[in-house]
Formats: sequence, C-alpha cells, structure tokens
Amino acid sequence: MIPDTIIVETTRRIFRDLADPQTVHNSTDESWCVPLWSALVDAGLTLAWCAEDKGGAGASLVDGFAIQRVVGEFATPIPLAETLLASWLLDQVKIKPPTGRMTVAPVDDKMELTLSDDGLLNGVAERVPFARQSDHIVVIADSNDGSKIAIVHSDACALSYGHNLAGESRDRVSFDGVRPAQVATDSNRVYATKLKLMGATMRAMQMTGAIEKILNMCVVYTQERIAFGRPIAKFQVIQHNLAIMAGELAAALAATGAAASAFTNNANSMNQIVLNVASAKIRVGEAANEVCAIAHQLHGAIGFTQEHILHCYSHRLWSWRDEYGNEAIWAVLLGKNISAHGPDELWPSLTAA
Amino acid sequence: MNNKITFDPTRLPPEAETLRAEVRNFLQKEIQIGTFVPHAGDGYDQEFSRKVGDMGWIGMTWPRKYGGQERSHLERYVVTEEFLVAGAPTKAHFTADRQSGPVLLKYAPESLKQKILPSITRGECSFAIGMSEPDSGSDLFAAKTRAKRCDQGWRVNGRKVWTSFAHRADYMIALLRTSSATEGNRRYGLTQFLVDMKTPGILVNPIINSTGQHDFNEVIFEDAILPKDRMLGDVDMAWKQATSELSFERSGPERFLENIYVLTELIRVLGRKPDQRGSEGIGRLVAQLHTLRQMSISVAGMLNAGKEPSLEAAVVKDVGTNWEQKLPNYARDLAAFIDDEGNNRAPFDKLIENATIVSPKYTIQGGTREILRGIIARGLGLR
Repeated sequence: MIPDTIIVETTRRIFRDLADPQTVHNSTDESWCVPLWSALVDAGLTLAWCAEDKGGAGASLVDGFAIQRVVGEFATPIPLAETLLASWLLDQVKIKPPTGRMTVAPVDDKMELTLSDDGLLNGVAERVPFARQSDHIVVIADSNDGSKIAIVHSDACALSYGHNLAGESRDRVSFDGVRPAQVATDSNRVYATKLKLMGATMRAMQMTGAIEKILNMCVVYTQERIAFGRPIAKFQVIQHNLAIMAGELAAALAATGAAASAFTNNANSMNQIVLNVASAKIRVGEAANEVCAIAHQLHGAIGFTQEHILHCYSHRLWSWRDEYGNEAIWAVLLGKNISAHGPDELWPSLTAA
Repeated sequence: MNNKITFDPTRLPPEAETLRAEVRNFLQKEIQIGTFVPHAGDGYDQEFSRKVGDMGWIGMTWPRKYGGQERSHLERYVVTEEFLVAGAPTKAHFTADRQSGPVLLKYAPESLKQKILPSITRGECSFAIGMSEPDSGSDLFAAKTRAKRCDQGWRVNGRKVWTSFAHRADYMIALLRTSSATEGNRRYGLTQFLVDMKTPGILVNPIINSTGQHDFNEVIFEDAILPKDRMLGDVDMAWKQATSELSFERSGPERFLENIYVLTELIRVLGRKPDQRGSEGIGRLVAQLHTLRQMSISVAGMLNAGKEPSLEAAVVKDVGTNWEQKLPNYARDLAAFIDDEGNNRAPFDKLIENATIVSPKYTIQGGTREILRGIIARGLGLR
C-alpha cells in the first residue's frame, strides 16, 4: 500500500499540473478534463477506497477523505469525490467497481427510489451531482426484498439538466423502468444512513479544502494590493479579519479530521459517528459563511468579477453547505439526540467520541 | 503559504481515558461528602488542592525528583478538563501547575527547584502572575517595575496590577525591569524573578471586580529585597524565555470549558424533547464545543510530541474564548419561551445572570483577543 501522505501529495500534484484553477476557469471547452481524469485513473485515485486487487489504491478512509479535501482546493468540476463515494459503496457490498466516472443517488432522504420484483427501478432523484458526466450511477433503492444497492448505466436514465450556484451539474435523474447492471442486497439496511454520513463528511472535507485555498488567496492578495501607500495586509483591521478566517479554517480542519477518523475507529458507536459528522457539517458550514464574507470583502470589486476565481470557491462553498444536509438540518438532528439523553450525558458523550 | 495551519486529528491514549475514570470517581466522591459545591465561590480552596496533590494530579508531568509523576501532557489534559467540567475549586494550585512550575523547572536554580516544586505538587504552595502594570497590560514589554542590583540581591520598586489571588498566593513570578529597552529591541531589559509574597516591602491591595468578587489585586513593591538566587533565567532576556509555556497556557481546555455548565443547564431546562428551535440551538452549540475540544486536543497532541504549535495555540484561545463569551447569550435566547411553571426556570435564570456578568473577562485575561489576532496574523506571515 502507498503510504498515506503520498496518496494525498500525488493527488495534489496531479491537480496542480493539470487543473490549475485559473486555467480551468478560463477554458472555453473541457479539453483539460481528459488528461486530468486519465492521470487520476493511472494513479489509482478514482478507486482509492477499493482494494488493490480490485484495481484501487487500497487507501484508508482517512486518506480518501484527504483526497476529497484536495478536490476542494482546486474547484475542478469533475466527479472525483463522487466516484470515490460510489466505489466505496460498491466495495462494501462486493460489487466490483467499473472504471470511469460515477455518482451516487439519491442525495437526501426525501427522494425514495424503489426496485420492483421484476428488477426495474422506479423513482426520481433530484440534484444528482455530475449525473451527466458520469458513466454509472450507484443507487440505493427499496424493494420487497429489503434495501438494494444497484449500479446503473447513466445512459439508461432520463436526465434533465440542472446546476448549483457554482455551475456544477446537479441533474434530475428519472430511473423509471431502468434495469440495473448489477444489484446487491443491503440486508441490514445500514447503507442509506452510512451513505448520508459519508456524503456529509465528503462535502465538509471539500469545503475545508476550499476554505484553506481561500485563506491562502487572501493572504497573498492583501500583501500585493497597495492602498494608502502600503500593502493592505499591514492594516490591523485586515490582519484581524485574516486571523478570524484562520480560526474558522482551524475549526474546519479539526472538525473534519475528527469526523473522518470516527469512521475508522471500531470502538465508536453510531451515536459517536453522528456526533462527529454532524459537528463537522454544522461547523464547517458556519466557517464557510464567515470565510466567504470576509474573503469577498478583502478582495473588493476584483473578487466580484467573473474573471477572478474567488467566486469559483465561494459559490461552491455556498452550494456545498446545503448538500448532504445543511447546518440547520444536522443541528436539529444532533440537538434532539443530545437532549434525549439528558443534560448529564452531555459531557460523557463528548468525551466518548 | 509557508505557515501552514495544522490540526491533525488526535485521540487521547487509553491510559488517559483510564485516568479520566479515576478523576471522575474522585470528584464525584468529593462532591458527595461536601468538600466543594460545583461552580460556587471564588474557586480557591487550599484544603481541596492538598487532596488533589495527594492524588498526584498537580505537576503530574514533572520529573519524579521534584515530586512529579512523569505522566504525559495528554493525561494532564484529561485531569484539567474533568476538574473544569465538575466546577472544582482549582485556583489554589492551577496557576502553579500550568505556568509557574514549568517556568521554575526550566529557569530556576537547582536549590529553588528542590525547595518549591515538591510543595507545589503537594498542593501546598500557590502562585500569582506578576505581569500587568497600570501602564502596561497588553503591551507587556512596557513594564516599569524596577529591580536594581544591591548588596543583598535585587531591590524592587513599582506596582503590578490585576494580579489574581496575590492576596492568597505564597509566591509570584514577576516580570521586572532590570535595564532600559534598547533602540533596536524594545523587548530587551526585562527579567523574571521568583518573589516570596511574605517579603517585607510588598503591599497587596484588593481590587473588587464588577461581579463583586475579590480576585484582582494591586501589588506594590517598596524597596522589597529579593535574594540573588531568585532570578529566573538570564538577566534582561525574559523576552526569549516564554515559548512553549505560552502554547500550553493558550490552548488548554480552560479556554472554552469554564462555563460549560451553561450549556448543560440549558439542555436541562429545555427538556428531553425540545422544539425545533431549541434542538437546532443545542445542536449548533454542541457542534461548536465538540470542534473546539478537537482543536484543543490536537494542539495538546502536537505539544506532547515536542512540536511548537504557537499559531495553533493562539487560534484555540481566540476561537475558544469568543465562544465562551457568547454562550450565556445564546442560552438566554434559546430558553426564551420556556415558561416558569414546572420547569425550574428560576435557578437557570440566576445562573445565566452570573455567567453573563463574568463573560467579559474571557477575551481579556491571559492575552486579549486583539493581541492574539496579532499573533495569528504574524503566524500567517503578515507581520
């Protein structure tokens, strides 16, 4: 197995070489996409979470999440994070993941897909990330025989295009009458919940990567931009705003780090995983709000132009806040959990995590 | 960016969790037998500190030859957080345990170490910190209280202020001016000294704070004589001496757990099934607290591994104390629709009142928010 940080560094190097954010942003076509994706495939990164004998990199969950943080640093409109998540789910139920781009549906509880007795899917999933760019969609569907995990050719589905604030495709996918390529049974009905938790952690990781990049952009820009005869970074109020951003980045790093490691620790109960994941999605969402506001303020009008890449990050953060459950949704869930156990269990729960 | 912010996920080791159970048992028993009332009084109780010393939980990371236990900083971390959450009175030993002891370990002559450190670990010797002066608060290097060489050692004249528990402390570690600052280095010329509070020529006057408590003092030095061996470290070079101690001081659980009882009691008053607004509020506060704790443990892990996470430590204090400060108001707001009847609201309201009037101090003591943000900005490479 490749040591931890090498996987992450390799990911970063590939993106740096082939997906410079400004270049990708200026590009009028998607010619950058083919070499980038093949480099990621060649490095085994698209299937990082699968065992090596299944064509993956055999990376730990923590490393895979770190790859997703790098995805956030580069604001590249490709389904690498989604492909990782889809292949993880397939791997869990012993379906060999195909090569190529994948995504996962549905993305929230409110959309229910079903699989009929004669093996056909039914239902519609809204805002499926990168559905039109994906070769396969991995779905969780209910059936008379319990919960099913199935892999579907995206060509077989009816798509209507949509997108999030950042222009990333979020398509409406109708699965009506589609026969999956392969189906596995999720006999204990655990994967719908696990997928939700993994998905929330994934987005929180990407958001953390984006926050880190935004802080770096602000540190560089405020030292270059001269006003009143000196770099604006020399003004105390600017420094204090950057310090606030650093605090928010710190919170995002710590919260997502704890969430990622919560999955890998067998001693952790479901309640502990929920505490860690909910905390990450809530706290990183709050950090995103603060960081975007300050970053735009620091960049002034230039950061509000189409040409500048700041919006590639702020628009993503504003979208990702809501995907896989926003702050309020997770907070209500966490608050109910904590309250149900009573005040005297608060500290024991926090220290058991 | 050269100065990367790092918060690696850290898990407390099994021995720390074992210790946590011991500490919880001890505290529960002490509350039961009435040794202390949680979160009550001024938090200063020498008798209780002696008991803590007997358990081996003061100076627990220090060498055995000075009365320590040579345990890890992560074990100390667990002891600190359990005492905070239980609202135990630790003020008679905490300053010595966290700050003064480590300074002595590093800079005191051997004879002083042997004399004082073991009595700190027994919970018999308490410390105050003599830093601030009337004209030098955040601007520490403006300190003017003067130590002049004389035949017996050093003659001290001047005034320290905001000195917590100087009226009860056995010793103070004071930052005193031994030379003028130089043109090139305004931090030059200050020296740290160990001051016996019983020294003739030291006068302690109370300053009552806005909560009505006596914690602060003014400490006046009038020709107080300090023996030669009381100098800590090198003369005029105090500015070089505080490095990792500051990281411990800034990143510990005391930077966000001091009023955790506000959150606990909020959960109590909102009941087992709060409405959506209450649930959301509790969920957010728990997420923020859990995140702070992960940040703090991560810094503890880095310190334990011998790293110097000074930027990260300043961040923990900034984010932590701001959170603590806002907590009483969040709790007040979330409890707004809880009616009095059958909900035992009155004690909760009283507690919120107390927590509210205490809240201004968190972002002032031990380095103001503004100073911390300057340090963070320097860490980011902006200064």
